[in-house]
This record gives sequence, C-alpha cells and structure tokens, in this order.
Amino acid sequence: MRPSPRSLIRILVPVKRCVDYAVKIRVNAQQTGIDTNVKHSMNPFDEIAVEEAVRLRQKFTSKIEQVTAISIGTAKSQETLRTALAMGADTALHVEVPESGSETLEPLSVAKVLRAVVAKKGPFDLVILGKQAIDDDYGQTGQMLAGLLGWGQATYASGVELDLDKGWADVTREVDEGSELVRVRLPAVITTDLRLNQPRYASLPNIMKAKKKPLEKLTPQDLGVDITPQLEILKVEEPKKRVGGQKVKDVDELVEKLKEAGVLPGV
Amino acid sequence: MLTTLAPIAVRAARTSASRQALRSVSRFLSKSTVRHEAQLNSLSTFTDEEQMLRDSVRRFAQDVVGPKVREMDENESMDPTIIKGLFEQGLMGIETSPEFGGAGMGFTSAVIAIEELAKVDPSVSVLCDVHNTLVNTIFRTRGTKAQQEKYLPLLSEGKLGSFCLSEPASGSDAFALQTKAVKNGNKWVINGSKMWITNSYEAEIFLVLANVDFSKGYKGITCFIVEKDMGVKIAKKEQKLGIRASSTCTLAFDDVEVPEENIMGGEAAIGQGYKIAIEILNEGRIGIAGQMIGLAQGVFDKAVPYTYERKQFGKPIGEFQGMQFQIADVATEIEAARLLTYNAARRKEEGKSFVKEAAMAKYFSSVVAQRAAGSAIEWCGGVGFTRETGIEKYWRDSKIGAIYEGTSNIQLQTIAKLLQKEYEA
Ligand SMILES: Cc1cc2nc3c(=O)[nH]c(=O)nc-3n(C[C@H](O)[C@H](O)[C@H](O)COP(=O)(O)OP(=O)(O)OC[C@H]3O[C@@H](n4cnc5c(N)ncnc54)[C@H](O)[C@@H]3O)c2cc1C
Repeated sequence: MRPSPRSLIRILVPVKRCVDYAVKIRVNAQQTGIDTNVKHSMNPFDEIAVEEAVRLRQKFTSKIEQVTAISIGTAKSQETLRTALAMGADTALHVEVPESGSETLEPLSVAKVLRAVVAKKGPFDLVILGKQAIDDDYGQTGQMLAGLLGWGQATYASGVELDLDKGWADVTREVDEGSELVRVRLPAVITTDLRLNQPRYASLPNIMKAKKKPLEKLTPQDLGVDITPQLEILKVEEPKKRVGGQKVKDVDELVEKLKEAGVLPGV
Repeated sequence: MLTTLAPIAVRAARTSASRQALRSVSRFLSKSTVRHEAQLNSLSTFTDEEQMLRDSVRRFAQDVVGPKVREMDENESMDPTIIKGLFEQGLMGIETSPEFGGAGMGFTSAVIAIEELAKVDPSVSVLCDVHNTLVNTIFRTRGTKAQQEKYLPLLSEGKLGSFCLSEPASGSDAFALQTKAVKNGNKWVINGSKMWITNSYEAEIFLVLANVDFSKGYKGITCFIVEKDMGVKIAKKEQKLGIRASSTCTLAFDDVEVPEENIMGGEAAIGQGYKIAIEILNEGRIGIAGQMIGLAQGVFDKAVPYTYERKQFGKPIGEFQGMQFQIADVATEIEAARLLTYNAARRKEEGKSFVKEAAMAKYFSSVVAQRAAGSAIEWCGGVGFTRETGIEKYWRDSKIGAIYEGTSNIQLQTIAKLLQKEYEA
C-alpha cells in the first residue's frame, strides 16, 4: 500500500548551477572538461521547475506547506539557491561538494543525495526537477530518483494539473505523436520540459527577502551518501568545425553541384 | 602672511600625518592576513543582491523590453505594459523601504538597474531613473512622515512620477524659473508652465518647483506635490531626436490648487526648493551616467559581434588592425566611464563627498556613449546606418546625455568650481 498523501504537502525542487545558456562553451586546454571561468546561472529547466512549484504553492496556499530548493555543488551553488528563494521558494538546502568533486558529480550520485534528503529532511510528496541540465545533458536524474524512491514519475511535463484531494497529478507530455496525458499518484517525481511555463524574473523586493530565508548546509557525508564517480571522462573535444556551405542561385545549379559532389544516384 | 602660509602648513601636517598612517598600515598589513586585504574591493565587486538584481533586470530588459524597442521608438510612445512590468518587478521603488512597498535596496542598485535597462532601451531607462533617483528620493529624504506614508506606496506600486523644474525661459539657469505659487486660504494656487518634463505624459504625481516670493529671489523657490487631477495639463508632447519612447512634455499650470499640506517637507520647507533641486540633481546625475554607460555597452554588444561575422577582403572586418584598435579604444573608454560612475555611486552610498565625481561621471559617460554609438554605426557600415538593427537609435539616444540634468558645460562648470575651491589659496 502506498502511503496516502498527507493533508499538507511539501515540494522539493533540485536546482543546478550551470554555465549560463548565453555563454559560448569552450573546451579547456587539458581537454578534461569545459572552461568554467565564465558566467553561471540556474539551469533553465530548473527555473521552470521552481516556477511550477511556486505557482502550485500560490494556487494551493492551504494545502502546500512549503517549497524547498536544493542544490548539490560547490559553495557557489548558494547563489543559485538564493535565486530560487528570490523566485519564491521558502527554504533552501545546500549539499556542498568540493570544487574537485563537483566536476565529476554524476546523475546517479545526485539522485542518491536527493533520495537521502527525501528520507532525512522530508517528508516531501513531490519532487519537481528539470528534465536535464544544459551542461552535461544527461537527462537521467529524475528517472533515477523515481527508481531509487520507488515513486511514480511523469517526465518531460508541459502541463501539470494537481488534484490534492484525490492525491494525484495529471501531467501532459509532449511526445512525437502529439501530447500524452498521464496520471501519477503522489508521492511522485515530475521533470519539466521547456514549454511548461515562463519563469518569472525575481522581483527586487523578493531578492531582498531571499536574504532572510533559511538556507541549511549539509554534506554528502552528513546524508551518508557516497558520491564517488562511476564514470571516467577520458577526453572532451570541440565538435569538428563545420566547413562553410555555399549558396546556389537556382535548382539547376543545385543539381549541378550535387552531381559534382557525386551524391545524386544514377547520373 | 599668516593666512597665505596656513594652508601650506596644514597641507604639510596632513602629508606627514598620512605618511605615518600609511607606514603603520603597511606594517599592520604585512603582519596580518588576507582578511583585511579582501576588504579592498575593486569597483566591479557587487553584493549578492546587486548581482541578482542585475541578472533579473537584464533578463526583464532583454525579454520584455527588447521586442518592443523599435516599435516604441517609431511610435514615439511608451508601451503601458512596460511601465506596468517595471512596477511589478519592484523597479519603481528600488530604494524605497519595504514599509512603503519598496525593495529597500541601495543607491548603487538603482544605478545598476538604470544601466541594465539602458543597454536595451535608454528610454525605458530614463523613465525608471527619473522616477527613482529624483521623485522617490525627494520623498524619501525630504518628505514629511505623512507625505511618505501617502505617496511612497503609490509611487512603488503604480503611479508614475515627474520632476518639474525647467521652463521655457529657464534651463541651465534653473532658478530663474517664473512659475509662481500664491497662498489662498489653506491652498496654494500655482500658475506657470514647465518645459521638457520627462514622464509627464504618463505621470500622475508631479514635483513642481515654483516661487512663492520673487522678492527673495531663488530663496522663494518651493517644491510642491501636485497630483495629475489637481489640474496638471499637457500643453504639448515634444517630438524628439532620441529617447523618443520617453515622453517629454510642456505642462501648463492654470490656477492649479494644491492643498497646503502638499509643500514637500511641510511648512518649514517653504523656500527650500532650490536646495532640494540642487541636491537631487547632484546625485541624480549618477543615474544619468548609469544610463549612458548602459547605452554605450548596449550598442557595443550589438556591433562588435557583427565585426567578426562580416567578411571583407577575405577576413572578418574586426580583424583588421584599423578596426581592432578602434574597438579596443572604445572598450577602454566604456570601462573608464563605468569606473567613474560606480565610484561616484559608492561614494554617495558611503556618505563621502561625491558632487565632483558625479559631475565627472555624467559628463564623461555622455561623451563616451556618443562616441561608442557613433563608432558602432561606422563599424557596421550600411547595416549600422539602417534602422532595422537598432544601432543608429543608440546614437540618437546618446545625445540627450549631454543635455538633461545639467548640460555638459554645466558639469564642467561644477567640476571647475570645486577644483578652484580645492586649489585656491
Ligand atoms: C528630453 C529631455 C528631457 C528633460 N527632462 C526634464 C525633466 O524631467 N525635468 C526638468 O526639469 N527638465 C528636464 N529637461 C530640461 C533640461 O534639464 C534642460 O534642457 C537643460 O537643463 C538645459 O537647458 P536648456 O535646454 O534651456 O538649454 P540652455 O540652458 O539654453 O543651454 C544651451 C547651451 O548653452 C550652454 N550654456 C548655458 N549656460 C551656460 C553657462 N553659464 N556657461 C556655459 N555654457 C552655458 C549650455 O551648456 C548649452 O550648450 C529635459 C530636457 C530634455 C531635452
């Protein structure tokens, strides 16, 4: 039997500090990763997750007790947590990993930390996270977390309808064939897709209020989680430079060029 | 003899005292640790809140303002949804305390917001600038408790403000203003006209400087809080070269009756209007400097990437030395203007003297803005000259920096007067 949902629910929103989406990514000289000495900001999919959680909280004021943002990363992740707090999260948890460990942090470790947080810092009834982080593009954490917790999952959400009386969420997912509607019982894991919502910009008064909201610090050791990487990165390379294309003025010239390139069969 | 020698003696004493101080500081520093050195911040060090504010305003500017810039420029009008958005973001009560619905941030925060808005649209930037650094600040620093309680929440939450000093016959010579206020029972009756008033087309709360007693000269100038529906009339909306989305109007005051409690600062502040105006413009200038460095950076960010895309003679035009050096030069000037601006802002915030620094920042930033925008047009060639890319707009907008809140000549005059005070025996 699943535990029946409590009357007051709590939402956990993991957020990751990533290289800003507008920054041009460069591979570092040692080819072990990318140059990280650039502007960082919250993973855009996580912003959508925070926004969704905050909107749900505003919609169900009497039923949602709190939204907690969590970030697993270096001390600088606290900036990302402050942003989440300024957007409307109520509390924050920072699971600090040292600079050296942060670069090799992988989805399974993150999912394990999150599971431990759900167990030890909860109860949480809903975890809303980005479908992927734009730096590593793994797209695995949410699914692994649902697996570890034994909870239902609704991934790539483009719409979330929560029914707290019934204790489920109807989640719309955009799939190749169109949109799919799935119903998932709480507690559950939801991962967010791009079109779920348009995240707000933190307002100035909320930026100031964020400073006063509680931010608790933990380490993976505190949670009893081993984050030793299972993967080894051998080498990181820039994609091959695209050789410049050529503009043609009409179809005849196009056919001509394709023939020259030997890609038209039978001629 | 004594009088001429005294300053030298003082200076000598000061020098030796500061030498001693320096020596003891360096001794102290060598013994102590990084903790103390960490307090010597560069001018690009901002608090977490300031950084978050910058990020948030930048995104608001890019996503919400950006798509409307060209349309607003061509229509010469401000989109009301942008004003609404500024209020919702808390950008219209930056320094106002939370008790009155504001964000309770510092002066540097206001400059950051103005800079970020100007990168995208200097018109939106000046709307926010005038409202915050002139109107709100006068209420915060000069208003009575009752005036603050009544007006600051309105100004934080939805009513736009205007600052009305200039008149057809008094621009640089502001205190020659002719608008008069006469006491009638428990009201003041204002007559006159104001010219080139920013925000006035959309504004609902006006701070109006009027003379209550011309026999006292500038010491008769008094600041009144006038609400739109007390009878402020727009006589003419100007058509302009730049910042065309920002409204600039001539206002007519025909027997406008203002309750006596609407003298800014109360009864005791009758005749204090000139002080209010001087002081507010002294610091307001730093806001305009912020607008100008934002403008310069905004146009630079638009133009420079193009120079690496556009190829002539077989290579990106940005790789020709003639272009490289121009680009490097402008980047250096922008950096210098930014340092002047943030130094003035920090000095103001720290309670240090800042009038000279503010005048320098405003003067130099407006020069740099115009040069950056002019160069950007040239770097982009025909593309820079056409309206579609929005580069030429920055150049049109840049011209205002040398005019409002004191022309460049007036800034130079302020700097020169202070220099004379410093150097005169
Ligand atoms: C778009 C716009 C918005 C404005 N917004 C506002 C507003 O919101 N509120 C407000 O009160 N005013 C506003 N103004 C007015 C602005 O502050 C004045 O235009 C400015 O002070 C200059 O006055 P003026 O135009 O009369 O020029 P003038 O004073 O006539 O100056 C003309 C020229 O003479 C020079 N000059 C004048 N006196 C001297 C001197 N003693 N020594 C050397 N040179 C001198 C000036 O530097 C300038 O080059 C705005 C103006 C514009 C154009």
